[in-house]
Amino acid sequence: MFKRKSVFLVVALLLVAALSVPAVSAQDVSELTIWWAQWAPADFLQQIGNDYEAETGIKVTVVQTPWGDYYNRVGTEWAAKGTSYDMIVGDSQWVGQAVTQGHYIDLTDFMTSNGITETVTPATLQYYGEYPTGSGRYYAYPTEGDANGWAYRKDLFEDPQNMADFEAQYGYPLAVPETWAQLRDIAEFFTRPDDGLYGIGVYTQDDYDAITMGFENVFFSYGCDWFDEGFNVLGVINKPECVEALELYKELYSFAPPGTNDAFFQEMNDAFTNGQTAMIMNYFAFFPALDSDQNPYRESTGYFVMPTGPDGGQYAALGGQGISVNAYIDDARKQASLDFIKWFAQEDIQKRWAELGGYTCNINVLSSEEFLNQTPYNAAFAQTMTFVKDFWNIPEFGQLLEPTQRHLSAAIVAGTEDPQTALDLMAEEHDAILVEAGYIVE
Amino acid sequence: VSQTSTEITGVQSPTVSGQQVRRRQLSDVRIIQLFILPTIILLIVMNIFPLIYSLYLSFTNYSVIADQAPEWVGLQNYQNILSDQRFWQNFATTGRYALISVVLQTAIGFGMALLLRSKFKGSGLITTLILVPMMLSPIVVANFWKLIFNPSLGIFNYLLGYTNINTSPEWLADPNLALWAIIIVDVWMWSPFVMLLCLAGLSAIPEYLYEAAAIDRASAWFQFRRITLPQVMPLLLIAVLFRTIEAFKQFDLVQGLTGGGPSDITETVSIRLYKLAFQGQYDTGTSSALAYIILVIIIAVSNLYIRSLNKARGS
Repeated sequence: MFKRKSVFLVVALLLVAALSVPAVSAQDVSELTIWWAQWAPADFLQQIGNDYEAETGIKVTVVQTPWGDYYNRVGTEWAAKGTSYDMIVGDSQWVGQAVTQGHYIDLTDFMTSNGITETVTPATLQYYGEYPTGSGRYYAYPTEGDANGWAYRKDLFEDPQNMADFEAQYGYPLAVPETWAQLRDIAEFFTRPDDGLYGIGVYTQDDYDAITMGFENVFFSYGCDWFDEGFNVLGVINKPECVEALELYKELYSFAPPGTNDAFFQEMNDAFTNGQTAMIMNYFAFFPALDSDQNPYRESTGYFVMPTGPDGGQYAALGGQGISVNAYIDDARKQASLDFIKWFAQEDIQKRWAELGGYTCNINVLSSEEFLNQTPYNAAFAQTMTFVKDFWNIPEFGQLLEPTQRHLSAAIVAGTEDPQTALDLMAEEHDAILVEAGYIVE
Repeated sequence: VSQTSTEITGVQSPTVSGQQVRRRQLSDVRIIQLFILPTIILLIVMNIFPLIYSLYLSFTNYSVIADQAPEWVGLQNYQNILSDQRFWQNFATTGRYALISVVLQTAIGFGMALLLRSKFKGSGLITTLILVPMMLSPIVVANFWKLIFNPSLGIFNYLLGYTNINTSPEWLADPNLALWAIIIVDVWMWSPFVMLLCLAGLSAIPEYLYEAAAIDRASAWFQFRRITLPQVMPLLLIAVLFRTIEAFKQFDLVQGLTGGGPSDITETVSIRLYKLAFQGQYDTGTSSALAYIILVIIIAVSNLYIRSLNKARGS
């Protein structure tokens, strides 16, 4: 009898407690958490968040994780269906995985009904937000547009002696390279080990995606792609043009400073600022460091876009990220997150985002004179965003990336595989992965 | 005292008093249980359950980030691992690394212990300084050595006599040198550990054994072979056992120095396991199977050592 009474009492109390809790609405959300990698744009986003707090009273915290651990941390949170974040600024290649596994909410209706899709460049909308490609379904708002570009030493390029020597050696004037062949010649010309100077700095790190991103710039421009319309890879990624592209990248690495065998964005900037290289490739997002006092060659640093391939193909490997909403948070937090994205997507906020140093994907801001003249690299960035190209965004991207990194490193850094063998082996492994995943029916 | 006790107990009935005493005084068995229980619970939650659960996962195609239940695949993951040439290459790399590294650490550690055995002015300070590397975080050590090995900025090549960076070896990029670079760092870091254990063993050898040997005009080599080595052997074997297990599951140093590269030249099984379990792949089923294979190998190697250790103790 006593037990029955106790059970009744507990149930009654729980009911009262449940009924007394009011329904939570977006207005009741007082803080929002955004996850992003640890780098300068995340600091800029925090400042945007501070502006949002000043305007709405909702505190926005941008939690930063070092790049090397970022994907692992996000993957763990996805596995736990965690609610540690409300929004995430995720890499473009994550979209397929996040969508098919249900980690992001569908933003299509929200973005189209608010006209947001019309405000950003089509390429960024496609690569950062759309899945599957061409479906018109969007899961991220293009936040930080980014791609690979080049920084170079104008003082070396414009030195009369260098100009005369170069023309005498190669038969054409020394200038910003327009083709990969010219870039190779310039890299060779400036490789003067006895003076401690090397022609070029290229990505070589094989931890995550660096060497693949660097190589892609040549790969795409040489008319290659990671698979054809039917997801076929055999004879696609190892065709002669792609082998030629890999041979060129390997040759470029031979003009790089010793010790850049494990190089990514930081190592590129370091090689440039310590005077070791005449040119470096890097994401535009890391060029602000070169336009600061950290760079002793700041005044003579110029920037240029990716050169063209033998048939005129011009592509830049896409970096950057879009902002998505966590599917596991409650409806009130989802709505509050959408409110933030809607506010963030406004043109004046995007303008402020660009002023702070963020790389906006907003069409109007990108094409404005103010933006183009804001920094010495913005014009190159705006031009680059018209020919960006990304790698796989299917859920199997991680499986595909691993053999890609391994074989590229074997061909470029270790020299244990020749370019043809590396691409043949890579194609075989990619084929096996895509067959197993059901993309290719044998 | 006796009277007072009688008065107190006399207030209550004998039955009630007995129950209260039982309540207030815990039996020895109960106390033991209370102390052990939290440890047992922790052990079950933190060790036993994950161990059994990961064993189950090793027979499934589970991916921790996929929103799908594990699907039973039987021995498929084990078959895939054992029939994959790359996994054997990973095991070969690990074996080569562990063997060379442990042999060098043992030789250098034992050698240093013999040198530091006799006390001299400043020997305490020198011993402490030698022990510093093993107290550092492996990832910090890896980052420092990455700079030391750098052909442009590092001092390593310079100390070897290479003054022209164009002809200097690129330790972390050269496929023939990268594993050696990791071994050098591992030996630098962990030889002091072997030295420490050997020093403990050496200091426990009774002096009269050497005195007796000296009276018998035994040579230094004979004394080393018949007195020093057998006496130190149990502790030396323990050091070797620890270092072998550590070398076999070495992760942080390799990850920090080369990340398994260039390509997969220095990819040990632990690095491969990490790449499979995380790094965009999240192949939880296969990585669990690989973890179990590593566990079995470590247990087998440990058993061999423990047998040798027992034999050494027995003799």
